Amino acid sequence: MSTSTSNEEIVPTTLGGKASDYLDQRLGIAGAAKKNLRKIFPDHWSFMLGEVCLYSFIILLLSGIFLTLFFTPSMGEVTYNGSYTPLDGIKMSEAYASTLNISFDVRGGLLMRQIHHWAALVFVMGIMVHMLRIFFTGAFRKPRELNWLIGFTLFVLALLEGFAGYSLPDDLLSGTGLRIMQGIILSIPIVGTYLSYFFFGGLFPGHVLIPRLFTVHILLVPGIILALITAHLILVFYQKHTQWAGPGRTNENVVGLPLMPVYMAKAGGFFFVVFGFIALLGGLVSINPIWDYGPYVPTQITAGSQPDFYIGFFEGALRMMPNWEINAWGHTLSLNILIPAVVVPGILFTGLAIYPFFEAWVTGDKREHHILDRPRNMPTRTAIGVAGIVFYGIGWINGGNDLVATHFNLSVETITWVDRVLIFVGPVFGFWLTRRICFGLQRRDRDKVLHGRESGIITRSPEGQFSEIHTPLPQGDLHKLTAHDVHRPLTLTEVTDSNGVPAPKLRLAKLRARATRWYFGERVEKPTEEEYRQAISSGHH
Amino acid sequence: MKSLSTRRRHPLAAFVVLALALAFAGTLFAAFLSPNSASADSGTSNAQAIANGKALYETSCSSCHGQNAEGSSYGPSLVGSGAAAVDFQVSTGRMPAQQPGAQIQKKAVLYTQEQIDEMAAYIDSLGGGPAVPDSSKYQVDDNLVQLGGVLFRTTCSQCHNFAGEGGALTDGKYAPSLTQTNPKAIYEAMLTGPQNMPNFPDTVISPMEKQAIISYIVTMRDEPNYGGAGLGRLGPTSEGLFIWTFGLIALLLFAVWIAAHTTKASAERVAKAKAATGAKGGKE
Ligand code: HEC
Ligand code: HEC
Ligand code: HEM
Repeated sequence: MSTSTSNEEIVPTTLGGKASDYLDQRLGIAGAAKKNLRKIFPDHWSFMLGEVCLYSFIILLLSGIFLTLFFTPSMGEVTYNGSYTPLDGIKMSEAYASTLNISFDVRGGLLMRQIHHWAALVFVMGIMVHMLRIFFTGAFRKPRELNWLIGFTLFVLALLEGFAGYSLPDDLLSGTGLRIMQGIILSIPIVGTYLSYFFFGGLFPGHVLIPRLFTVHILLVPGIILALITAHLILVFYQKHTQWAGPGRTNENVVGLPLMPVYMAKAGGFFFVVFGFIALLGGLVSINPIWDYGPYVPTQITAGSQPDFYIGFFEGALRMMPNWEINAWGHTLSLNILIPAVVVPGILFTGLAIYPFFEAWVTGDKREHHILDRPRNMPTRTAIGVAGIVFYGIGWINGGNDLVATHFNLSVETITWVDRVLIFVGPVFGFWLTRRICFGLQRRDRDKVLHGRESGIITRSPEGQFSEIHTPLPQGDLHKLTAHDVHRPLTLTEVTDSNGVPAPKLRLAKLRARATRWYFGERVEKPTEEEYRQAISSGHH
Repeated sequence: MKSLSTRRRHPLAAFVVLALALAFAGTLFAAFLSPNSASADSGTSNAQAIANGKALYETSCSSCHGQNAEGSSYGPSLVGSGAAAVDFQVSTGRMPAQQPGAQIQKKAVLYTQEQIDEMAAYIDSLGGGPAVPDSSKYQVDDNLVQLGGVLFRTTCSQCHNFAGEGGALTDGKYAPSLTQTNPKAIYEAMLTGPQNMPNFPDTVISPMEKQAIISYIVTMRDEPNYGGAGLGRLGPTSEGLFIWTFGLIALLLFAVWIAAHTTKASAERVAKAKAATGAKGGKE
């Protein structure tokens, strides 16, 4: 920075300073900049996960632009005679041929392809992890529910974008993926067949799909993602970032570093770290070697046909589902596809989208929240999250059931059956265990507040009794451990009173009272002031 | 310099760990003792070879395949199986079979090539069948690689994976990896269809096409991984595993590192403010 924002009387001498002064005199940006550049951002590693998404998306855009210069989005048939000899003279689509061309004949092309693909994996992984951090810390609570919805839409769009990109090279795996997608579309009752004709422009695979996917992949979806990311970040900026509880941190302030220059320097540095990391991966680790897979031919298939990880759950759910079908009136209702590929993901994703609203309804909490929850202090929410992770994870594993089978010397059927049981039992167990762990941690926090930290020093009293000396916590830590609210379940009267519910809605009110009991029925109380005083004055423990 | 070189080593290290883990699963069933029962034989004439083969057969194979290879409840009849089947089964270490299981496993080879040839001659004398191919039939021919690729993807990859890394079948059976198999055994496998593999006689896949498939397999497995570490050539699953383990941990470490460090000036300012007020509050 060569301008000073703190003193108006300074005459700019440097080039940058003069330029800024020029712009300021015409656009009057100094005032706005002064306010916004000093915007405070709190500092915590988990707040950088969103940045990982942002940076990998920028890398995706840059490397993607490079790829579009050489990629031919066409299913027209050509005979390959580029420098990859094992495919010399083979008939293939122009899309596949041009991808081979990028990989073997365009300078830096393979590196760019690999950077693009690794960046895609980092992008989606980043989104998932970022979303989990938002979930587990309660950052989605009022006033940030809308930003959660924007984020959720970004997540869905990222999956779509990834799938479209994966399908573009028209190699054996991408064609197989599209074939499965077509099966899923066909399974939709009544309109399935029409939809399939519409998407594929006729029979599978047809000739229009790749040009269409290309438009979706390079224009439509990235455009929407870019717009939504902008909106997302404007909201983060405008609503201010949340922060962890700590001394001096309240629901009304933000404690941290100013955007300019400190946070900017860190963020910029982090961009280069992410970029460098992805570039290293692109240079050193192979990804999507399409020349090994061969061009897509509908009659060919390979063992170990798997999608990229973010589609893995759908693949696993499909592999898990028993082969149920209903045949009636000359029509087939393919429950074997409809349930795992449409119904279950539909429920899962809807649940994800509306969770903030659900929780607000259950807790009846209408306050604004700018201080994050420690996951342990909201045991039921945390447990729901873990149950979701377990559910998703089992589906994921089952998507690779064949590889698990060959590498652990098991049979595919055994794994599938185990997963069929685990997908029901696992989340329940995960839920229960997580709540137990949360309560345990809360109790430990309570103990720490009342009795201090174990010092590791054992003393022996004159009577021969051994005891460990506990050192009291510093004030700051005490604050962190006691800043949270302990929620209590709403009674039926509270529910009805707060809403003034008339009789017909009583059922709903009862449900809600039950839900709050499920959330907050069991809880660990914070030490009261009295308990704390007593513990302090009683001296030994 | 130092940090660059350590960082560069990381992806490879993770790859090695991954490869080792995969190789470990493979070696589990390859670990077997190889008793040295080989005694040099000098049977030169065909009749002599058949007689020697019969003797070998009676000691180690007849318990399952029957005194005259007519079969028993422990093993199928070998009449008409042909020399190629014997050569394949014994030289890949499948026969004599040991533990029962979903699929007979490969073990260390127990016989010299000469003894194998003698047993093959004996089985051949019982009822013919596919003969051991001549070495010219499985020579790698660079001009056939492209055709071989098409054939391999049409007939073999659904079980053996696009890179011949193998894959799972039903009930614990599996198509093995082809990355170590010698060209002769590949030819014989197609010819005789061992266990759960269908057989592809010359009427289905001609000898020239077999040679093409072999040329493709051998060329592909010797091909370098153009993109860097190959992650076991297992496709998107190993890539996903890699990014969720190595990639995630690395990025989180970077995030923690950057979040924990701040500029000297602002660190001093924060410390000073803290000393003064207990905390620095940038009210917004
Ligand atoms: C423990 C029992 C057992 C022993 C000992 C045994 N085999 Fe086998 N063998 C089998 C079984 C079982 C099969 C069938 C495998 C299948 O197809 O599922 C078989 C299959 C074969 C086949 C393939 C048959 C075909 O038509 O493709 C050949 C060849 C063969 N054995 C040769 C031998 C020879 C040579 C020996 C002695 C060195 C031997 N076996 C020892 C059990 C045995
Ligand atoms: C239906 C699935 C299937 C198909 C298709 C198939 N194989 Fe196999 N293959 C197997 C199984 C199962 C085995 C293991 C047999 C055994 O252990 O006796 C096998 C074994 C082999 C082996 C022996 C590997 C070794 O190292 O011992 C070779 C070589 C082989 N197959 C080549 C081929 C070729 C070439 C093709 C295509 C023409 C092909 N296979 C098609 C299932 C298949
Ligand atoms: C394209 C993908 C995404 C990008 C680039 C992105 C980027 C960011 C960034 C940079 C921040 C501020 C730093 C942080 O708290 O990590 C943030 C905050 C936030 N994100 Fe995202 N995000 C994405 C997807 C999502 C998703 C999928 C969700 C949830 C469904 C989500 C919900 C939120 C919320 C609620 C905040 C505010 C957090 C707070 O103030 O504590 N975002 N996002």
